Amino acid sequence: MPYPVEQNEKFAAYAHSERLVSTEWLAAAIESGAVANGDLVVVESDEDVLLYETGHIPGAVKIDWHTDLNDEVTRDYVDGAAFAELAASKGISRDSTVVIYGDKSNWWAAYALWVFTLFGHQDVRLLDGGRDKWIAEGRELTKDRPAPAPGNYPVVERDDTPIRAFKEDVLAHLGSGPLIDVRSPEEYSGQRTHMPAYPEEGALRGGHIPTAASVPWARAANSDGTYKSREELESIYLGEAGLTEGDDVVAYCRIGERSSHTWFALKYLLGFESVRNYDGSWTEWGNAVRVPIVKGADRGSFPVAVGV
Amino acid sequence: MTTQALPSALAEIVDDFLALSEPERLQLLLEFSEGLPELPERLTNHPELLEQVVECQSPLFLTIETEKDDAGRPAAVRLFFKAPAEAPTTRGFAGVLHEGLDGLPPEEILSVPDDMPELLGLTRAITPLRMRGMTAMLGRIKRKVAAASGVRA
Repeated sequence: MPYPVEQNEKFAAYAHSERLVSTEWLAAAIESGAVANGDLVVVESDEDVLLYETGHIPGAVKIDWHTDLNDEVTRDYVDGAAFAELAASKGISRDSTVVIYGDKSNWWAAYALWVFTLFGHQDVRLLDGGRDKWIAEGRELTKDRPAPAPGNYPVVERDDTPIRAFKEDVLAHLGSGPLIDVRSPEEYSGQRTHMPAYPEEGALRGGHIPTAASVPWARAANSDGTYKSREELESIYLGEAGLTEGDDVVAYCRIGERSSHTWFALKYLLGFESVRNYDGSWTEWGNAVRVPIVKGADRGSFPVAVGV
Repeated sequence: MTTQALPSALAEIVDDFLALSEPERLQLLLEFSEGLPELPERLTNHPELLEQVVECQSPLFLTIETEKDDAGRPAAVRLFFKAPAEAPTTRGFAGVLHEGLDGLPPEEILSVPDDMPELLGLTRAITPLRMRGMTAMLGRIKRKVAAASGVRA
């Protein structure tokens, strides 16, 4: 059964306020026993595979993006059977209310939420501010690992179409709809092919997809990791980036994790109906043969002008 | 790759990892992260003496000091690491290198194969990006040891 939705002034302004919960709300839900009795399943999803083990929110289970959600062989997500098995083992049923949080301003948590959405999981929410805010507020952490009663999860085939874009989709999208590039300005211009302070990830070409607007993911977040207000988000994405209501938007980054954070903001906070995350992102585009690339700070145009 | 060329303490650590299941290996790496010694005061007060290994996904700083024998030859290399508690994977690998290599003569450290991190049996559980960070950490140590001891890597 869906757990009651949080009501507060900040969230109420968002298009889908039911997708966010605050740390206060979660602490109260834990206090009331909702996590212990399985009404609410809390999932931690981090970049660092060992971070959960150093201490996590009481009752939270761990889902690792790399070992749990990615297929081991193909560059793809797990299939319906593997997802059903994973979910059930974490005490998640098809109708469970799931709250996800994680490190690094919820990059990986948003990524996990996006993968849950590929499987059509209905009620999955993000903890506004994530792990860092919970810790900054001095809230309780534990090293105790819960042993939840297995959930009841059917095998559901992924439906990628509504929220996932492949390279071919992006090529078809060029010139007809907006793209948001959420990487750093240096990655966007082609000065570098990886995140500042992150290692080379082996993209052969630097730059961005023609026409993409540069909006680094962190623009959507406050310094405490929470999402900015609706008004602020509108001024960034509708104002500066030039999106208009009803646009069919594609967001991308390097491997799809930072763009999941932006995908969430566009889809659920601003209410764009059609937002797709291009998870192949720059590690695919920057290595692909004969795809158009623009270097420098300008968005560029499509078709790309040749010769002259 | 074999463990034959590894210094004995490091070979023992590798054997310990390989004797475990994957989840237990991660648990062991976590224990190494908890066991990484704090920096001595002379280094905490002088962060500029440490070098950042930029290939690591989380901030990791390290330096070495060489202790000389009576004849003035470099005899023992001491390793020092700094990594935040919220980066347990990075800290864990620093802990492995510290326990496996600290106090050894330069030649023994320089003989460690560059791909030693792959011997720990973590390549499935840990992303390639992080594995590269670990390899870079070892590479940086070896370059600094070579430079400080005049021995070619």
